Amino acid sequence: MEEIIISTLQRTLVAGTPLLLATTGEIICERSGILNLGVEGVMALGAVTAFIVTMTTGSPWLGVLAALIAGMVISIIHAVASVTLQANQVVSGLALTMLGLGLSGMVGKSYVGKPLTIKMEDVTIPFLSDIPFIGKAVFSQSPFFFLAVALALGAWFLLERTRLGIQIRSTGENPKATETQGVNVFLIRYLSVIIGGGFSALAGAHLSISYSKSWIEGMTAGRGWIAIALTIFALWNPGRAIWAAFLFGGIFVVQYLMQPLGISPNFLAMLPYIATLLILLLISLKDPRKLNAPAMLSTPYKRGER
Amino acid sequence: MQIPAGLTRILMKKIQRLEMDGISKSFHGIPANKDIHLSVASGEILGLLGENGAGKTTLMNILYGLYQPDAGQIRINGMPVQLTTPLDSILHGIGMVHQHFMLIQNHSVIENIALAYKDTPFFFPKIKLREKIQQFSRQFDFTIDLNKKIWQLSAGEQQRVEIIKALLNGADLLILDEPTSVLTPKEIEELITILRRMKQDGHCVIFISHKLDEIMTICDRVTVLQKGRIVGGADTRKTDKKTLARMMVGREVVFNINREALTRGNPVLRASRIHVTGDMGLPAIKGISFDLYENEIFGIAGVAGNGQRELAEAITGIRKIDKGQVIINGKNITNLSPRKIYDHGISHVPEERIRFGIAPGLFLYDNAILKQHHLKKFSRGHFLRYRYIKDHTRDLVTQFNVSTPSIDSQIRNLSGGNIQKLILGREISEHPQLLVASHPTYGLDVGATEFLRQHLLRLRSQGSSILLFSEDLEEIFELCDRIGVLFAGEFMGIFDSDDDRLCDIGLMMAGSKRF
Repeated sequence: MEEIIISTLQRTLVAGTPLLLATTGEIICERSGILNLGVEGVMALGAVTAFIVTMTTGSPWLGVLAALIAGMVISIIHAVASVTLQANQVVSGLALTMLGLGLSGMVGKSYVGKPLTIKMEDVTIPFLSDIPFIGKAVFSQSPFFFLAVALALGAWFLLERTRLGIQIRSTGENPKATETQGVNVFLIRYLSVIIGGGFSALAGAHLSISYSKSWIEGMTAGRGWIAIALTIFALWNPGRAIWAAFLFGGIFVVQYLMQPLGISPNFLAMLPYIATLLILLLISLKDPRKLNAPAMLSTPYKRGER
Repeated sequence: MQIPAGLTRILMKKIQRLEMDGISKSFHGIPANKDIHLSVASGEILGLLGENGAGKTTLMNILYGLYQPDAGQIRINGMPVQLTTPLDSILHGIGMVHQHFMLIQNHSVIENIALAYKDTPFFFPKIKLREKIQQFSRQFDFTIDLNKKIWQLSAGEQQRVEIIKALLNGADLLILDEPTSVLTPKEIEELITILRRMKQDGHCVIFISHKLDEIMTICDRVTVLQKGRIVGGADTRKTDKKTLARMMVGREVVFNINREALTRGNPVLRASRIHVTGDMGLPAIKGISFDLYENEIFGIAGVAGNGQRELAEAITGIRKIDKGQVIINGKNITNLSPRKIYDHGISHVPEERIRFGIAPGLFLYDNAILKQHHLKKFSRGHFLRYRYIKDHTRDLVTQFNVSTPSIDSQIRNLSGGNIQKLILGREISEHPQLLVASHPTYGLDVGATEFLRQHLLRLRSQGSSILLFSEDLEEIFELCDRIGVLFAGEFMGIFDSDDDRLCDIGLMMAGSKRF
C-alpha cells in the first residue's frame, strides 16, 4: 500500500511538471495581453530539439539549453505577427502550433523509436527526502520538477513583486495608459511572448529526455492545449498554477491506477481532456469580472491611434 | 542642435518658459493643428479654450510626446527639444493628466504610481515606494488609500492619483485636459486649491477646457483655439466671457434656441421603482420612478457615472432590470428583448455612437436600417430589398443633411456629426413614441449640435416623448420641460424647467442637497 501511494504521488508530480512549465509560460505571455495558442507546437519542437541534441552530444543539459533557444526563437514569429503586425492572435497561434508540430515531425523522423540511454540524475534533497511517505516522493525527483516549481514561484515573484511585473501586467490591462507612462509596450510584449515560448519548450524537453526518454511524433498529446486551459483555471496566477498543474498530473496518473478495474483504457485515456472541458465549463459559470483575465488579452495595440 | 532628453534635464534645472512655435499636425490629410504658437511661463496658469474638436487635445498630446508634429518646434527655456515619446516629455519635466485617465482600473493606486514613477526600484516596488508617496500626499493634503483599486475610487480621487503621478516625476509643467468634466462642484473647488498651490511653487500649468467660467476663475491668460488654429488670446483680468465665447465659436453665440410652449399630452411611459445593477456588480439605479408624457422632453442631469448609462440601457432592454416595472401605454415591457422594446415604439440614440450606434465597417445604407431590416418594406423572408433600403437611405441623407460622398461609403469615414445625424434619422424615421437620447450632441461642433437639437424639438412637437441624458447643463436647460437630477442612482429631485429650486442643481449633482 505504502509503495502504491509513494509511486502514485511521484508519478503525479512527474506528469504535472510539463503542464506547470507550459502554464507558467503562458501566464506570463497572457498577462502582457498576448494570447499564444502555439504552446503545443513549441512544446513539440522543444521535445525533438532536446532529444536530438542530448543524443548527439551526450549531455542532457545541452539538450535543455538547445530546446530553450529553439522555443524562444520560434516564438518570435508569433511576437512579430501579433505585436508588430497586429494580426489576429488566434490565427497566428494556431499557425505556430501547426508549424511546430510539422517541423518537429520532419526533423525527428530518423529518431523515432530510438531509446535514450543517457540518464538525467534525479536530484535528492537531503533531510527533506527522509520525511516518511511524501519525502521520497516529493524531494527525490527529476531536476525538471524542481526547475518547474522554482520557475513558477519565480514567475509569481516577477509579476507581483517587481517593477517589470507591474509593467507586464499593466500592458495586458491597458497598453495605451502604460505607454503614456513611458513604458515601451512593444518591448514588454515581445519579451513576454519569447519567455513564454521558452517555458513551453522546456516542457517539451522534459517529455522527451526525462519523462518518456524517447521521441515520437505527436508525443505532446495535447498537453499544450491543457496548459492553455490551466492558465484560465489558475486565474492567471503562477502560484495557483502549481497546484492546478499537479492536480492534472494526478488525473494523468489515475488512468494507470484504474486500468486493473477493467475500465476501457481508451476511456481512461480521455480523462485529462474531459477534465479540461469540465474545468472550463466550471470556470465559465464564475462571474467573468472576478476571473481576473487581463482586460486587453488578445487585443493588438496600435500606437498613435486617435 | 538636438540634445538627448536625459542630458538637457541635467543642464536645465526647471522649466522657466516653454514655447510651441509653428506647430502643425494632420491626421489622414485632415488638419488638426495649423501653425500654432503659444508659450507658458513658470508660475502661470494658461487656459486653452476651444470647442470639442478644436484641436486642444491633439496639441497637448504633441507636447506630451504621443504625437509627432508635421512641422514646428518646441523650445524649453529657449532650447529646442525633440519629444518623441512620453518618456522624453517626462524627463523634460512635462506631466499630463489626460481627460480619460491613464490609469489601470484593475490595479491598486500604488501599482499605478509605481508604473508611472521613473525611479521605481526593480525589486519590491510597492513596499519601497509607499513611504515616499505618503510623505508626498501629506505635503499636498491628499488622502487616498494606496491599496484601493482604481475602479473603487471616485473620479476626483482618480484625478488626484494622476496629479501625484505627474508631480512625483518632477513635472514642472502640468497639462490638465478637461479636468473638471467628471468632477462634482466640491471636487472642482479642491482641484482649484491644488492648482493655486502649484502656481505658488513656480509650476507652469496648461488648463484645457471649453467652459468659460472655469477659464475665467482659474487661469491667468487664455489662448483660444478654433478648428485647429489660434484665433485669439487674452489676459483673463482684461476680458469677459462674451468676448471669449465669440472668439471660440467664431460668431455671436445665440444662447437660447426657441422652444415653443406645448402642453404635455398623455402619459407614454411609466417606470416604477426600478433597480438596475452596474458593470461592477454594484447597484447603479436604486428604485427610482418617473413618468414620461407626449410632447415633452424629460432631461436627466448629473455627473457621469451616477447611473445614467445603466438607466438608459435598462429602459431600452440592453440591461436587466432587477426589480420594478417599465410600462409603455399600459403594456409591461420590463426585460423584453431590445427588438421587442423597439417594436413597442422606443428608439435609442446610444452614447459612444461609434461603439454602440453603428457598425463602422458597413455601408451607410446598411447602417440606415440596422434596426428596421426586419420590417416588411426592407426585407422579404431572408432576403433584403436593397432597392428600397437605398431609397430610404437617400431620403434620410437629404432630410437630415448628412454630408457624405455617397451612400455606398463605409460609415466609419464620416465625421462624428454626420454619423450622429444618420443615427438620429434612423431612430426617428418610424415615429417612435419615446426616444431615449444619451448625450446626443457630445463632442459635436456647433452646427451639428444645433441641427440635432432642432430635430429633437421637432420630434417633441410631433407628439413624441424624449428622455434626454446630458452632462451639458446648457443643453438640459435649453431643451427640457422637466429635469431630474440623478446622483448615485437616485433622483435628488424632479422639477419643471422653470422651478426656482434648480439654482441648486450643482449641489444636487454633488449629492449634497435633495428635495
